[in-house]
Amino acid sequence: MSILGHRVLRKEDIKFLTVGGTYVDDVDLPGAAWLAYVRSPLAHARIAGIDVTRARQAPGVVDAVTAQDVGLAPSRMDADEIPEVMARPFLATGTVRFVGEPVVAVVANSLAEAVDACELVEVDYDPLVPVVDPSMALDDDVLLFPEAGTNVVTSIGEPNVEGVGEGSLFDGCEVVVRQRILNQRVAPCPLEVRASAATFGPDGRLTFYVSSQTPFTMREDLAKMLGVDEDRVRVIAPDVGGGFGAKIEPYPDELLVAWLARRLSRPVRWTETRSESMLGIGHGRGQVQYVTIGGSRDGKVAAYYLEVVQDSGAYPQIGALLPDLTKTMLTGTYDIPKAGFFSRSVVTNTTPLTAYRGAGRPEATAAIERSMDLFAAEIGMDPADVRRANLIGADRFPFTTVIGTQYDIGDYQGALDLLLEVSGYKELREEQAGRRRSAAPSQLGLGMSVYVEITNADEGTEFSSVEIRPDGKAVVKTGTSAHGQGHATAWSMVVAEKLGLSVDDVEFVQSDTDIVKSGIGTFGSRSLQSGGVATRRAATRVLEMAKDLAADMLETAPEDVVADPAGGGLQVAGVPSARKSWAELSGAATERGAPLLAEVDYEFQGATYPFGAHLAVVEVDTETGKVVLRRMVAVDDAGRILNPLLADGQIHGGLAQGVAQALLEEFRYDEDGNPLTTNLADYTFVSAAELPSFECARMETPTPKNELGAKGIGESGTIGSTPAVHNAVVDALAHLGVRHIDMPTTPERVWRAITAAAP
Amino acid sequence: MKVRMTVNGVPYEDEVEPRLLLVQYIRGMLGLTGTNIGCDTSSCGSCTVLFGGESVKSCTLLAVQGEGAEITTIEGLALPDGRLHPVQRAFRENHGLQCGFCTPGMVMAAVSLLNENPHPSAREVREGLEGNLCRCTGYHNIVEAVLAAARSEDLS
Repeated sequence: MSILGHRVLRKEDIKFLTVGGTYVDDVDLPGAAWLAYVRSPLAHARIAGIDVTRARQAPGVVDAVTAQDVGLAPSRMDADEIPEVMARPFLATGTVRFVGEPVVAVVANSLAEAVDACELVEVDYDPLVPVVDPSMALDDDVLLFPEAGTNVVTSIGEPNVEGVGEGSLFDGCEVVVRQRILNQRVAPCPLEVRASAATFGPDGRLTFYVSSQTPFTMREDLAKMLGVDEDRVRVIAPDVGGGFGAKIEPYPDELLVAWLARRLSRPVRWTETRSESMLGIGHGRGQVQYVTIGGSRDGKVAAYYLEVVQDSGAYPQIGALLPDLTKTMLTGTYDIPKAGFFSRSVVTNTTPLTAYRGAGRPEATAAIERSMDLFAAEIGMDPADVRRANLIGADRFPFTTVIGTQYDIGDYQGALDLLLEVSGYKELREEQAGRRRSAAPSQLGLGMSVYVEITNADEGTEFSSVEIRPDGKAVVKTGTSAHGQGHATAWSMVVAEKLGLSVDDVEFVQSDTDIVKSGIGTFGSRSLQSGGVATRRAATRVLEMAKDLAADMLETAPEDVVADPAGGGLQVAGVPSARKSWAELSGAATERGAPLLAEVDYEFQGATYPFGAHLAVVEVDTETGKVVLRRMVAVDDAGRILNPLLADGQIHGGLAQGVAQALLEEFRYDEDGNPLTTNLADYTFVSAAELPSFECARMETPTPKNELGAKGIGESGTIGSTPAVHNAVVDALAHLGVRHIDMPTTPERVWRAITAAAP
Repeated sequence: MKVRMTVNGVPYEDEVEPRLLLVQYIRGMLGLTGTNIGCDTSSCGSCTVLFGGESVKSCTLLAVQGEGAEITTIEGLALPDGRLHPVQRAFRENHGLQCGFCTPGMVMAAVSLLNENPHPSAREVREGLEGNLCRCTGYHNIVEAVLAAARSEDLS
């Protein structure tokens, strides 16, 4: 029986549970100096002068450098969409553009001395008018980059519905509904903050430890910064304490550690504080959306239009490009005949926006799923019925949406039906009606979403190798870079299944650019369907090689050789005595000069589209505005599941983050660009107390896109849950005349909405 | 200043700066890096250890306040023969950890919670662990793990 599809416990857990992981800050680096940054306290200012004299003289200080000392060309994302003049300098040069931007790097013998010396750096700022609200940035009254002539980084499409006029998308619609929806800025908050450490060996090669999802990208950027070949750089991402997309892009303040180590001929290390991290690590979401949805009173949607203003923060990074993914998933699970999209990404005097769990897709789902509820409310139909009337049928895949996205396979109707059944939807509606009749202060709200998302969206390859060691155990080396997902167990299962080994007999290696030949990394729910498939192919190739070898050694035909059912080797089918152990095979292969090693660069066959349906049940106290999430029911389909233990873990984590965006979390600034939520006391990071246990039901519709039948599962929970909870809060108050409340639906916002709607 | 304490059964005596936090002492001077630092406002609980048998966030104390104390960190939780503590075992069996960063603190907080309330309800577990943040698991399996540990017979 295949191990695949079974609940296999994680092999990596014991270390975390007994001595803890080895994160960058835990790496022993004798003689290392500590780096700390002086960061801008202002959102927008000209730097009139910097004086590091006193800092340089402070006890233990080794160095203090400014942009002038560094003299490196700014780093710009390798994307044509981003204007050259908006590239981000390693240290602020001439102008600071957000609170928290690094201005001076101070290196000392101890962390305490570095931090103390930062206090002695004098920076003279001439304040400039900041622009904080992305909608105001569009006016171009204040420019972050005067040379660019505009704050707009990039745009997609054209505005095409300024009112419902002739020739518009919405001609002939009986009902047209419009709404401005804020998809607020949130902080990714991996529990481990950013950290890096650099040391040069006697051979002049750099070894760089970093908390990253993409060690190979990091190597590329380091080589570029240092002006050396990539083979002069070794990047190691040891255990990484969460990423959620925010550790995909290399950051200037983590890269600069290597530059300083070279300058000082001494190891240098840096670990930011949480308060620095709240400003330094990229933020997520940050879209202002304008939706228009139109259709007929029988519930059929005829047209949908979404306009987006994407906040990119002070320097355009991945965040500025995310509207492209929002456009890709524009119409969601629905067959909508006409649709339009227009986005503009703008710079503001705030922390740069980056990928955060879902990255552009949650924003698309939030917009279409809120729109479906707005439309349902307008025509007085149950939101489930409106969805049912518009879902793409299971018999229509592969399905190309009106915007041109081709979905591989799905059963959206099946997901919705299962959701309504397992949640007891009908009874919940009855309970809701009862509470409304009694006018109880605590009202019930039901909200749903039927989502589809795109995983493994980029074209390309992923690397894996499988080798049989002399002791007969296998080692898999992969280019993906897990940071909590459980790849050590999952990839070992894939190899074990192919070779007839136990999971513990497979050694798993990742995230070291000297040991793994190449790689892309872990993000965008890509890993199993890229690196996992590459691993399966490499294991298959090794098995073929071993069968050929065993056949030769046992004087039989390769097709007669099978895995030993007892494990540990190969045998002639039906002849247990004619057997070679993996150790024997490995030895023989090496003797013959052809080790049992297969390296695979797997070129994947296009993106996959996981889907599902989520239902949130909330109780809203109409007197105080407080919302309690009573139930969260999730049906998710990510194709064939390799290990349900790991898949459920991914869903749970995603659900929590999605719920948190709907109810609690928002990274806020005042109008001067001062951040208001700069630590975990002020930022309302969701805790166990605010969540229920989740009710999960699974569907498995294998994708034809890869031999594992697997789609991504890392982000689905986040994508489906946010609009479900958001819809539920509004639904609880619909009978009071409330039509929309922006996220997060805090007690204050909810209370104000109730008050404003009161007759 | 001089400070003496027992950590995981081992007596230590060190000269420390008065401003040194207990967590910095544990990590930096004792090399017990299982205890993590996740914030600077005593909000996240990653640095939770047992101090005289009760959970404390070790960033809320100075090292010198540990004078004479008996401290247990994640490294000292398993039995001397290597067998896992029931809470450690339950976390593994219920997939109560992913990236592992919050895990040592979460486990220590759970041990303390079960010491005070050996048979908590799910709601009590959630309230009891409110001061320990996790970004990966959505807490679902952490709650399952603590409830499972409470049910296990060998919880001493």
